[in-house]
Amino acid sequence: MRRRLEEVGFRTLMLMALLSVVGALMLLIMVVAINGARALNWEMVSQVPTGGYYLAGGGGVLNAITGSLALAVTATVVAILFALPVALFLQSDYGGRTRFAVVVRTYLDLLWGIPPIVYGAFGFTLMLYMGLRASLLGGVIALTFVELPIMARAMEEVLRTIPRALKEASYALGATRWETMRWVVLRQAMPGLVTAVLLAFGQGIGNAAAVLFTAGYTDNLPRSLFEPVASLPLAVFFQLGTPFPEVQERAYASALILLVIVLVISIKSRLLGRLLSKHNVLD
Amino acid sequence: MPHVAVRDLSVTYEGKIGFKSTTVEIPDACITAVIGPSGCGKSTFLRCLNRLIDNTPGARVQGEVLIDGTNIYDPGTDLSALRKKLGLLSQRPQVLPMSIYDNVAYGPRIHGTRRRAELDDIVRKQLEVAGLWEEVHDRLHQPARQLSLGQQQRLCLARGLAVEPEVLLCDEPTASLDPVSSGHVEERLIELKSEYTIVLVTHMLRQAHRLADYVLFMYMGELVEEGPADELFSNPRDERTRDYVAGTIS
Repeated sequence: MRRRLEEVGFRTLMLMALLSVVGALMLLIMVVAINGARALNWEMVSQVPTGGYYLAGGGGVLNAITGSLALAVTATVVAILFALPVALFLQSDYGGRTRFAVVVRTYLDLLWGIPPIVYGAFGFTLMLYMGLRASLLGGVIALTFVELPIMARAMEEVLRTIPRALKEASYALGATRWETMRWVVLRQAMPGLVTAVLLAFGQGIGNAAAVLFTAGYTDNLPRSLFEPVASLPLAVFFQLGTPFPEVQERAYASALILLVIVLVISIKSRLLGRLLSKHNVLD
Repeated sequence: MPHVAVRDLSVTYEGKIGFKSTTVEIPDACITAVIGPSGCGKSTFLRCLNRLIDNTPGARVQGEVLIDGTNIYDPGTDLSALRKKLGLLSQRPQVLPMSIYDNVAYGPRIHGTRRRAELDDIVRKQLEVAGLWEEVHDRLHQPARQLSLGQQQRLCLARGLAVEPEVLLCDEPTASLDPVSSGHVEERLIELKSEYTIVLVTHMLRQAHRLADYVLFMYMGELVEEGPADELFSNPRDERTRDYVAGTIS
């Protein structure tokens, strides 16, 4: 009887936790969608702001959409180039068992915990030193710093789940570590690696603090690495800050656009990941 | 000199004994069974022969393993070339995350075979040797995980043979298979023994009876007795061997 009660009790607790998490998210999406729907139109996503945009004039946030994509996609690609080697190094096949690896792991965890505004300030100092002004390049550098620790740690955890026996099957055939990583481990880990990249991308594209000083803001489309770019989180921030209800609605519409972008990219990459892992040996 | 000879080899795991100093020569062109109860060090012994033991945290190896007369624990040993010589069949079949074809072609590819026609020949030949060709020839490019466990183990055998080893190391290769599949694998091993030096780790006495020409009996980290199979089984010299063969210790 007691065990049955336990079973039912914990199931109820789990369901309640699940419902509150999913419920809160649904509520968030609904609030954004309802408030944004009225302002969302074709002009919003296809035009850059006109002179009176923030005074409820015409135009849209195409500058922020393209700016955000440029910032986050570039930063994510750069972060992959650094995070993947780091994650591979942290495997037991390479340096995973050394003291250095322990230090690197702790360091990444620390970096993960640093608030993005600090990355923004750091990026800003770096840019002053290099003689750069707020620009796409500056924003990409700051966002890469934001994304790197998340991506590297998530990738490391994913790679760690690959069974040793699978790697040994490859080693036993005379494969080198790199061959084993390239042809066996990365393939097997692909779905998890995609998740790691998405996690970091989500952090990157939604980040306002890191790009505030580093990327700046502009009403123009991104044109070069060395000019300021707009971004959706900052567009939301600026629009919410105006006294005009019409413009505030556009802030919600911009947030909705941001959500849709993350959703679409997430679904697309998962499909791609599944396609690349159709040969996976463990489910 | 045989392909595999072991001199004063011992292994410790963080101070605990894996197995004690062992000297033995593995006869060529036959099946040598390493028998003994679980935890007696027989798998550790096998892992020393292709240096997969290097991947085990905390393991320390002392002594020599001579493969074709060269000590593989000498610094500067080419692990890739070494492991090419010694095929491994593990306890659970570990197919690689790729197609049936690519599983077999994986080894030859990393060792430099690139021509498609050549690879086709290797894949076909080794799948035939492993007794799998008939079952899979019309779905070579499907994921290997779709095969049954028994088929996967024969695929692993074909994959191991594809790099043209001299020695086959088998670590309880039928432990996770049903009796029919086990039978298939055992038949293959018997067919292969004239061309390869086969080391078979098994805790199944009956399997050792069926397959072995030569037997090493290990007990609590010690090589207790070795000898031709019929001799060791019918007339064991050591008391522990006698008890184990009779089934009174395990």
